Amino acid sequence: MNLLLLPITATANFILAMLEFIGGVGYLIGDTLMAAPSALFGRRGRRLGWANLWAQMNRVGVKSIPIVSLVLFCIGSILALQMAPTLRQFGLVVTVPDIISIAVFRELGPLVSAIVLTGFAGASIAAEVGTMVVSEEIEALEAHAIPPIRFLVAPRVIATTIMMVCIAVVGDIMGIIGGLFVSNLFLGIGFLQYWQHTFNTILETKDFITGLIKAGVFGLLISSLACYLGLSVTGGAQGVGVATTRTVVLTIVALIAVDLIFTAAFYLTGL
Amino acid sequence: MEPVIQVRDVTKTYDGRKVLDGICLDVRQGETLVILGGSGSGKSTLLRLMIGNISYDGGDIVGFGKSLAAMTPRELKEYRKSIGVLFQSGALFNSMSVAENVALPLREHTDLPDETIDIIVKIKLEQVGLREHAEKMPSELSGGMKKRAGLARSMALDPRILFYDEPSAGLDPVTSTQIDYLIMDLNKKLGITSVVVTHEMDSAFRIADRMVLLDRGKFVVSGTPEELKNSDNALVRQFIFGLRDGPLTERRRTGGYEDDLLGART
Repeated sequence: MNLLLLPITATANFILAMLEFIGGVGYLIGDTLMAAPSALFGRRGRRLGWANLWAQMNRVGVKSIPIVSLVLFCIGSILALQMAPTLRQFGLVVTVPDIISIAVFRELGPLVSAIVLTGFAGASIAAEVGTMVVSEEIEALEAHAIPPIRFLVAPRVIATTIMMVCIAVVGDIMGIIGGLFVSNLFLGIGFLQYWQHTFNTILETKDFITGLIKAGVFGLLISSLACYLGLSVTGGAQGVGVATTRTVVLTIVALIAVDLIFTAAFYLTGL
Repeated sequence: MEPVIQVRDVTKTYDGRKVLDGICLDVRQGETLVILGGSGSGKSTLLRLMIGNISYDGGDIVGFGKSLAAMTPRELKEYRKSIGVLFQSGALFNSMSVAENVALPLREHTDLPDETIDIIVKIKLEQVGLREHAEKMPSELSGGMKKRAGLARSMALDPRILFYDEPSAGLDPVTSTQIDYLIMDLNKKLGITSVVVTHEMDSAFRIADRMVLLDRGKFVVSGTPEELKNSDNALVRQFIFGLRDGPLTERRRTGGYEDDLLGART
């Protein structure tokens, strides 16, 4: 009888753990959003918050531009090369730019940029915050009556959310350029023809805007999960390693799940 | 005079295990109180309860006349601004220089202009002998320097009480003595009340006005350093003089070692 109960108990424990995790992250996001105004515009925020924010935006956003550019350039090139043989059969190679533009602006630009940023910034934030827990820096903040949420978490969450939108734009551009590179060199599509098909046929403003909305939410997810898992570290250096790994894995899963929800919602609402 | 901190029958439990059991303690104005105890005796937990970083399960802690459990967030913030804490590792913020670390509480809690804050930072660093290292990052400091920088930061708001969590841990004897004399200096020159958690006997006897010994979550003895040295209590004598045989080692021997070994063989 106990053997029969084991899978039920394990499943129930898993569901409870997931609910606790989602609830904890939700509370963190709520506390961060409430602390955000004072983090930037309160008396103390004006003194300390902006310097923190600029530093985080530089670290999360500016420094990740090269790698995001390279990855999205490759994605655009790969898309063009993969679609060309099939479309050629139907005499539709010239529509490669149309498909790349929709795929990149609506989906691949924000999502792939977010996945790259998870590894680049998410893991780094989790490791940094986790190390601060282990070295008693978080306790020291609390002992000095400085709320860790306002001082540490809010600048990171705000910076990542803002910069994720900017990085998505960079990613979109590089994805288009990657497709242009392959289309021009291997598919016989000229620059003007590529530009025409990218921007003046089926692509609409809402395709760009929905991508940016997703990007903002992805940025909020990446930083919130990283801060939550970093602040939850126990067990010294090993705990920091575990938190870093969990941040990357759980964030990627969360990004895909949220992307699915957004895509379904946009589909149902016609956006 | 009313004690600055009163601990009344405080209990704290972690995962069903009682870490502190009915602790009663008064911290008097201007004294250096040393809390002694072995590893796992509950002394760091007691310190964290007194600074308000964790909550107690029973009893009460009264700080400056107000119960910690009954404090509003604003009152707890004011309480924390009145105390300073030196953590075991110094707990410096690694992304900031020494000067920025010391300035942080001032920038957070005062409206002083930057020029005034710079002067106060220099004064605090001079008091701990680190003024010429103001621009260094924590990674460039030795262990003793980190502790002194952490001490300067904890003094930034001129606290009424300073809490020290194992201030000599990990330090060589000379640096440890320097830290001890710094603690004594602050107590004598500035009248700061000090609560020191340690198990370093040399340091404890050097700095203490009064000492208490914690064992398995309960106070065993309380008194002046002389009274503890002259105590007849076998556990106290074993701990203070570092004796090989006594109640502490006897306790470990009766921990079921043979049963554990034999059980592993069968």
